Amino acid sequence: MNLPISTSSGLGLVLAGVFGLLFGVLLNKGRVTDYNVIVNLFRFRDWTVLKVMLTAIVVGGLGVATMMSFGWLEGWHIKDTNLLGLLLGGALFGVGMAVYGYCPGTGVAAVATGSVHALVGFGGMLVGGVAYALSYPWVKDAILSKGAYGKIRLTEITPIPEAVWWIALVAIAGGVFWLLSRSSKPAHSAS
Amino acid sequence: MEKQPCCEIGSFPRIKSAAWSPYIVGAGIGILSWLVFLLVNKPIGMSTEVSKFSGWLAGIFVGMDTVTENAYWASKTPAFGYSTVFLIATAVGAFISSKLGGTFKKELVPRVWQEHHGSSVGKRFVAAFIGGALLLYGARMAGGCTSGHGISGTLQLAVSGWVFFIAMFAAGVVTAKLMFRKKAS
Repeated sequence: MNLPISTSSGLGLVLAGVFGLLFGVLLNKGRVTDYNVIVNLFRFRDWTVLKVMLTAIVVGGLGVATMMSFGWLEGWHIKDTNLLGLLLGGALFGVGMAVYGYCPGTGVAAVATGSVHALVGFGGMLVGGVAYALSYPWVKDAILSKGAYGKIRLTEITPIPEAVWWIALVAIAGGVFWLLSRSSKPAHSAS
Repeated sequence: MEKQPCCEIGSFPRIKSAAWSPYIVGAGIGILSWLVFLLVNKPIGMSTEVSKFSGWLAGIFVGMDTVTENAYWASKTPAFGYSTVFLIATAVGAFISSKLGGTFKKELVPRVWQEHHGSSVGKRFVAAFIGGALLLYGARMAGGCTSGHGISGTLQLAVSGWVFFIAMFAAGVVTAKLMFRKKAS
């Protein structure tokens, strides 16, 4: 079988279903479909989200970097670094995430676990999407053009090679997890 | 039925458990990203598809021709495809998981919100709506969300992913600080 499989083929759509199902199960079992768990990350009271994300980054990144070095992958999928857009957009996203209590993926998943306010916020997301499309010509000129560095990786803007980044990230994640496990309060108690 | 005490690292992840260890879930998402990269040559992402949904919805009111004339939707044309299936399947997966795990629950006003802002459903709904709108507007301006930047971007050591992650976290912490200052009487 030739890889990668076309996402517009029938098999591609079947895989989308399988991947989505697994993603939804993982989000729910990781308790990130729970408003309280997400909001309590920002309040430094529940580290579940941080544990999930850091583990995903380290495990995912080590595997993807390894597959890349074997030449198994077509290439990286790096998004543009538009510095002003990332900072402003990221900040708006952070405000929205604290108020809504979900991000787009966990919000969609939370609707399916019975969260009615997540569904209301999904309606808000659709309005946000329309607002963005309408304001896009202006945003493109005024914001996305500022600090546009293209598709860059940390290994390209620092003299630190790939392997050292991964050793450092594994060490940081390990250190963070060790500190969290030592804190007296059980890290997953949401209050 | 007695529920598993949440998230012991050693406990085997069963679909009927209420929750799994966050480390097992994180590793699972990491391995899922290997498969997605390898099999379909795509990163995991969500917010592009939500903005396509909004384009599709706008199309019902103003016609799809008007929608595709828009400079943004011209490049992200709303159409049924891989990402549509992925989004719907994510919801189905969370539904099955919460039903079997016994955590499915109709929730109008979540606990932490109620402790600080009272039990008014209307107030929570207005906040959720505004929060959702800011969330997607920000995601599109940044070119991704927690999935596309926060996981798929960071794990490729993309500068954009790490900048987004830090900006998002800082803004979230400040907002939560302001929003949850005092308890509701």
